[in-house]
Amino acid sequence: MSEPVKTHCPYCALQCGMEIGTGIGPGSGTGLVITPRTDIPANASGALCQKGWTAGELLTNGERLTTPLLHGEPVAWDVALDYVADRVSALRAEHGPDAVAVFGGGGLTNEKAYALGKFARVALGTSQIDYNGRFCMSSAAAASIRAFGMDRGMPFPITDLAEADVVLLAGGNVAETMPPFVRHLSGPRLIVVDPRRTPTAKMAWLHLQPAPGTDLALALGLLHLAVAEDLVDEAYVAARTTGFEEVRTSLASWWPERVERITGVPVHRMRQAARALAAAGNAYVLTGRGAEQHAKGTDTVTAFINLALALGLPGTHGSGYGCVTGQGNGQGGREHGQKADQLPGYRKIDDPAAREHVAGVWGIAAEDIPGPGRSAYELLDALGTPEGPKALLLFGSNPIVSAPGSDRVAARIGALDLLVACDVVMSETAVLADVVFPVTQWAEETGTMTNLEGRVLLRRRAVAPPPGVRSDLDVIAGLAERLGHRFATDPGEVFDELRRAGAGGPADYSGITYERIADETGVFWPCPSPEHPGTPRPFLDSFATPDGRARFVPVQHRPADEEPDDDYPVHLSTGRVLAHYQSGAQTRRIEPLVRAAPEPYIELHPDLAEHLDIAAGDVVRVTSRRGETKAVARISDAIRRDTVFMPFHWEGANRLTNPALDPTSRMPEFKVCAVRVERLS
Amino acid sequence: MRLVVVGNGMAGSRLVSEVRARDPHIRITVFGAESCRPYNRVLLSNVLAGGSRPEQVRLLDASWYDANRVTAVFGSAVAHIDRETRHVVTEDGRREPYDLLVLATGSDAIVPPIPGVERAIPFRTLDDCERILGAAEKARQSVVIGGGLLGVEAARGLAGRGLPVTLLHLAGHLMERQLDVEAGEVLGETLAGLGIQTRTGVSAAGVDDDGVRLDTGELVEADLVVLACGVRPVTNLAAEAGLEVRRGVVVDDELRTDDPSIFAIGECAEHDGTVYGLVAPAWEQAAVAADVITGGKALYRGSRLVTRLKAKSVELAAMGETQLGEEHAEVVRFSHRARGTYRKLVIRDGRLVGAILLGESDAVGTLTQLFDRGAPVPGDRAGLLFPGLGSAPVTDSPTLMPDAAKVCHCNNVTKGQIRACWEAGARDVAGVAAATRATTGCGTCRDAVEGIVGWLCEQEGISV
Repeated sequence: MSEPVKTHCPYCALQCGMEIGTGIGPGSGTGLVITPRTDIPANASGALCQKGWTAGELLTNGERLTTPLLHGEPVAWDVALDYVADRVSALRAEHGPDAVAVFGGGGLTNEKAYALGKFARVALGTSQIDYNGRFCMSSAAAASIRAFGMDRGMPFPITDLAEADVVLLAGGNVAETMPPFVRHLSGPRLIVVDPRRTPTAKMAWLHLQPAPGTDLALALGLLHLAVAEDLVDEAYVAARTTGFEEVRTSLASWWPERVERITGVPVHRMRQAARALAAAGNAYVLTGRGAEQHAKGTDTVTAFINLALALGLPGTHGSGYGCVTGQGNGQGGREHGQKADQLPGYRKIDDPAAREHVAGVWGIAAEDIPGPGRSAYELLDALGTPEGPKALLLFGSNPIVSAPGSDRVAARIGALDLLVACDVVMSETAVLADVVFPVTQWAEETGTMTNLEGRVLLRRRAVAPPPGVRSDLDVIAGLAERLGHRFATDPGEVFDELRRAGAGGPADYSGITYERIADETGVFWPCPSPEHPGTPRPFLDSFATPDGRARFVPVQHRPADEEPDDDYPVHLSTGRVLAHYQSGAQTRRIEPLVRAAPEPYIELHPDLAEHLDIAAGDVVRVTSRRGETKAVARISDAIRRDTVFMPFHWEGANRLTNPALDPTSRMPEFKVCAVRVERLS
Repeated sequence: MRLVVVGNGMAGSRLVSEVRARDPHIRITVFGAESCRPYNRVLLSNVLAGGSRPEQVRLLDASWYDANRVTAVFGSAVAHIDRETRHVVTEDGRREPYDLLVLATGSDAIVPPIPGVERAIPFRTLDDCERILGAAEKARQSVVIGGGLLGVEAARGLAGRGLPVTLLHLAGHLMERQLDVEAGEVLGETLAGLGIQTRTGVSAAGVDDDGVRLDTGELVEADLVVLACGVRPVTNLAAEAGLEVRRGVVVDDELRTDDPSIFAIGECAEHDGTVYGLVAPAWEQAAVAADVITGGKALYRGSRLVTRLKAKSVELAAMGETQLGEEHAEVVRFSHRARGTYRKLVIRDGRLVGAILLGESDAVGTLTQLFDRGAPVPGDRAGLLFPGLGSAPVTDSPTLMPDAAKVCHCNNVTKGQIRACWEAGARDVAGVAAATRATTGCGTCRDAVEGIVGWLCEQEGISV
């Protein structure tokens, strides 16, 4: 039995620490033993959820891809790489550099995210790169940058939460999405905002259950009450913020009785929440996808940030606002340049100084860096159109399952001249690819991940990848080489370059090394020099705005892009279940997880079920303006009568969802659309 | 395109911002008779009660008009509409041309024609509110005339300031337009507990220095008298211009008067025979009119009325046809007067057409939305009135739990698996956790696992 290797879970943004050893362990059945680490604060108590415990099966899964595929046939790596390089070159020659698009993922390591952004801009010369993180926390990121000048999901260590008196969690279900997170919430009174009485809401002191798409109104109502009841921290507002007067005026239109009618949340419950938050010595306001995945997600998060600011929370020790990031490297994935409008270090691609700096590191002229490209959904929606990209290189993403209005996205992908997928297994999207590269995963490779706290962590290689499998970094370098560019393949070398490219940017990693991460069990960015201790709480002295003050921004509620009507009378909301992760490409292949959650389902209230003559276990058809799917009915009074819920881990739910986009973040409206539900006889 | 708006209250100011949000170019001039920026009239009762300061009820910042290129003329009443030349003329002689004109003149407080009524202060505007507050500081005893929504809110506000209040009401019970008899009585009892004495079925004959003289000759003592006797739509401008006026200025589904270049919205407008006195319909009308004015297509089909009392410690919601009896509808009622609770549902054709909720209730949000949407009412009426009634938490006593019950959700462990694990030798939580991983996720099932293991050990003791 060899020495266990310290690494992190392959799944969510909590990035629980785990050790991987070989030998016989309980339920391992694989020769791999997974043990929780106790030195990583996210799960220091030794916690893991079922996904974490069974993660070893990802490494031994029989469905693992081990050879490149060209039009479905196994081929040698050189053959596949040559083919892709030739096709890419030909399409570029015919249609220009933007004919080739790149789509990344929030599960990729920082090194891969960085290399991918550089590959697109330098080797392909394309502006057409974005990633599935756009579907994750982009609204919170946009709102945080607007308010604080910087987006670091939780600008405080997760362990701070336990010291709080009250935590308000808007649109998050951590008891299912990241169970060990719950251990950090055992101290505070928990207020949960969710249209469903989720497992998280069930453990809350107070559950506010608004109609889908009305969280923004609710936040305005809470802030109205805070102002009307003189709960505002006027000294903090005067010293640390700007813009409150305009917000205060805007609130006059959002008196609680009006908000009650829009949200369905009783005024006395709103009052209870506002008073509890204000009375707390320490309090946090957190948002998750439920508040963020809307065509008004940025404004919704802004409204919750305004509430936190009015109560004097952000930038004080023991209180604050944070976004509960979802994907494994959801935080790091948004910092290093795989986003359409960004360069490494969380710099803006249209900032001349940023372009100069990054171009210097890349050894090219600043004017040769392309400008901003299309956002994720807009990019997918343009594929194969006369103006859009003709080729798509896909890394760590499965848009056939995960993109909104997925029938349309499938049609766009079908219209491509070339689809290339790098994946671990034959995902629903990889099946459609002309070329599939089998790549390493998680414990087969070394790299850094930045968790939901902004703590940079080191994933270490624990096992050798199967023969024939290479890293995404090898794919990128292999293609770049054929296009005339040299790219590093060693993660450490890539990380060093990332540090130089990001130096001086908001997400400055330049003082972080693999050795430091190992010694310090993670380092918080910004960390601008080797001597710098890292920054667990970046806003204590000032915010990252030009004047150091947080900015209040007035926002107004408006209805969802699509409200129920006679033809589509019910709200649909989508989300996750405990046993599965994202598009399910990994977890739907792990037997214990499949046993725990075997099939897509639709959750509906007993009253709605009675009205529709649907019984538990019935197969129903769910139809929206964009498509239809089938699911098994589950009856539960934990959901509102006017709403049904479907998990999005299976192909189907996203055929229904609405790709209406947030004007700022370009986030699709995953969390609310209108559907019709019918029993299939 | 030149748009002129007459009236800068709740409706007029809303229309102006709705139009500007849709069209950045259209020229907008708005005339307001009041000298201040528009404010939220709904919140005046909060001001009276001391919850909000007057500056907190402003709907727009002073800088908004410049930033949005809207010309606002404050303290300038429009005296005349010249439809021939399409101009409005203000009392101070200013002529303003228009292509489209919106009348949002609102309504005036009704001042009953009784002797000495000038000693009383109506409760309608922010100025009124400040006058009442000024007088309340010196007053020892107050009377509110009118037991409708506004009168009840005013009385509650004054009582909240420690001033004894008598609420006089002509009808047989309070808020008779929104409430049935019993609800009105329960409301009166609730108010009595807050220092408000209610007298219904009484008529004020005059106001003198010592108080209000009833038509019976009785004097109700007061040194502050507030009038909340209802409102009357302000329609004289429209009538004088020859537009069709009944109770309000008559408008069609596009909110146009019989002159297609003139619209009317808010409390001065009459749509389909109804003049609305609440802000929600006025804002719905403003949105429709703004669509039409900016070239969009929209129709106003009337509004559902939800009345929500804003008075500290008095939770009251009333909506729709609350007075219908059993002969016309299905009525579900719960009354517990000792606790100030009264709940009533009025259901017709399977839809909620009216409801009263008096006393704090989590049902209010659900019922309001059911009513607003005209959605079918679930068969379980009691569950509607008492949310959570049907879903009492399932006991998680280890004895009663079936083997298939999931104990640890994070690791998908059932009671049966824990039992099997115990049978295989595990005798404590650590043993069960090592074998099943129960308790190792979020950790909240620890007590349940402990309970099951303890119970199994007890059973063992018994059987031995």
